[in-house]
Amino acid sequence: MSLLSTQKLSRSFGGLKAVDNVDFELESGQIHALIGPNGAGKTTFVSLLCGRLRPDSGKIRFGGQEITRLPAHERVALGIAYTFQITSIYANLSVFDNVALAAASAARRPNGNRDVRAATHDALERTGLRSRASETAGTLSYGHRRLVEIAMGLALKPKLLILDEPTQGLANSEISDFKNLAAGLKQTTTLLLIEHNMDVVMDLADSVTVLNFGQVLATGPRETIRSNPAVQSAYLGT
Amino acid sequence: MTGVLNRSAILHIGVVILLFALQFVLPPYHHTNMARIMTLAVFAMGYNVAFGYTGLLSLGHALFFASGLYAAGLLIQMGGWSALPAFSMALIAGGGLALLVGVLALRTTGVAFMIVTLMFAQAGYLTVLYLGEWTRGDEGLVLPAASRTIGSLDLTNDTTRYFCALALFSIALLGCYLLARSSTGRVLIAMRENEERSRMLGYDPLRYRLTALVISAVMSAAAGAAYGVLFGYVGATFASIQYSIFPLLWVLLGGAGTVLGPFLGVLLMTYLVDLAGDVTSAHLLVVGIALVLTVLFAPRGLLGTVRARWLPWLP
Repeated sequence: MSLLSTQKLSRSFGGLKAVDNVDFELESGQIHALIGPNGAGKTTFVSLLCGRLRPDSGKIRFGGQEITRLPAHERVALGIAYTFQITSIYANLSVFDNVALAAASAARRPNGNRDVRAATHDALERTGLRSRASETAGTLSYGHRRLVEIAMGLALKPKLLILDEPTQGLANSEISDFKNLAAGLKQTTTLLLIEHNMDVVMDLADSVTVLNFGQVLATGPRETIRSNPAVQSAYLGT
Repeated sequence: MTGVLNRSAILHIGVVILLFALQFVLPPYHHTNMARIMTLAVFAMGYNVAFGYTGLLSLGHALFFASGLYAAGLLIQMGGWSALPAFSMALIAGGGLALLVGVLALRTTGVAFMIVTLMFAQAGYLTVLYLGEWTRGDEGLVLPAASRTIGSLDLTNDTTRYFCALALFSIALLGCYLLARSSTGRVLIAMRENEERSRMLGYDPLRYRLTALVISAVMSAAAGAAYGVLFGYVGATFASIQYSIFPLLWVLLGGAGTVLGPFLGVLLMTYLVDLAGDVTSAHLLVVGIALVLTVLFAPRGLLGTVRARWLPWLP
């Protein structure tokens, strides 16, 4: 079943068509990767999905409801969570408080978990941050700050979690931890992953969409994408 | 965690008890001074909700202080209202005005917000002067002593005035204490720290910033109304830019984003001006130097520094 879809979604910056007539379908319960060269429009596209940017034209539907004009915070309430490509956390607050703000937001929903403390601890546990709960978030290493970002995403209990380059700048061991975490998440949430690391994409993703110059170059199961000649020449480079 | 709650609760209750006890030992001059400091501390605490907790740097809070002052003053003077209903109306006036100003001014952030709030406050100040027929402009109004009563309480009496100021101060302090520890308070801090992140966690920035501004304005209006009723004078000076800058300075000195900081700021600043006035006519220079030193060596203000260095549990 389609959780999210877009129809002819477009957004330009000046003369540049960053996202150009994109039709996109996201199946529930999948890990879907969004790949493409730098400047292909990936971040712009997910920014349109989560409401950080408004589209020039086109429609976005989520869970059977049109959300094209909905402000970002209301989309979060519907269950769309976004983790930033450039880490955006509360640097002056503790790790616990960072994640608790996300859990408290989720608790306001009709069926939300009212026990914010427990939900926070759960998200910290799953990201391996529990022992650092009382540390000030801004003093953490880069990799741990990325994990705080992901923990906030988890604590929101989203139906759709959009991860914008989650493994960028991580060490190999951290990447393999992330892969385990993401694979485990699949049970409860749909993941849309912007990712440059092709190993991660090929290990994790059920399906892949390739963007190039703001347009969909190809979309489908990962095996099909891997063997698609157009994709290989545009992006995979083999 | 209960230990933490007890420590900070005991500290704040202790301050109120200390102020209660002080009234029996203070000489008359300092007695009146403390009543004034507690009233203005409510203004400072109100400002702190917007600036210290939510990060809204307003340069127009004289508007909210004066709205309470004039709402109460004019209702008493012209409408013949008694003090308590006039005070209640003043809270509504302050809150309503903040709602109006907020919806417009909160479209902006940072420097633009400072300028827009400054402009609104100047418009308020000029309105007071323009309506001189009723407000008597700079000269102001002296409220008749007969109207300054709550039931059988005579607010012109020093002791009664002190206790009324203390009661208002205690309510405001308790309110700020509870707000700082509440889930709403945490979201306000989140707005200050990272608005974009907060939005992407599902919190509507406009709603929370407007809430903070209205709470802040109601407290400022309460302080303004109380000031008029307790000290019997309502004048245009209180609507001038000076009274927009004062709360900022008090809060910076005492510690932005701390519950007791605003009170400490008003207390120190008042006595600093007082003491400096005994030594030199350039007492504002002394205040200026104190502020420069604060910003250089304790940029989080006195209590903010104490919290960062020694007492992380301070709310």
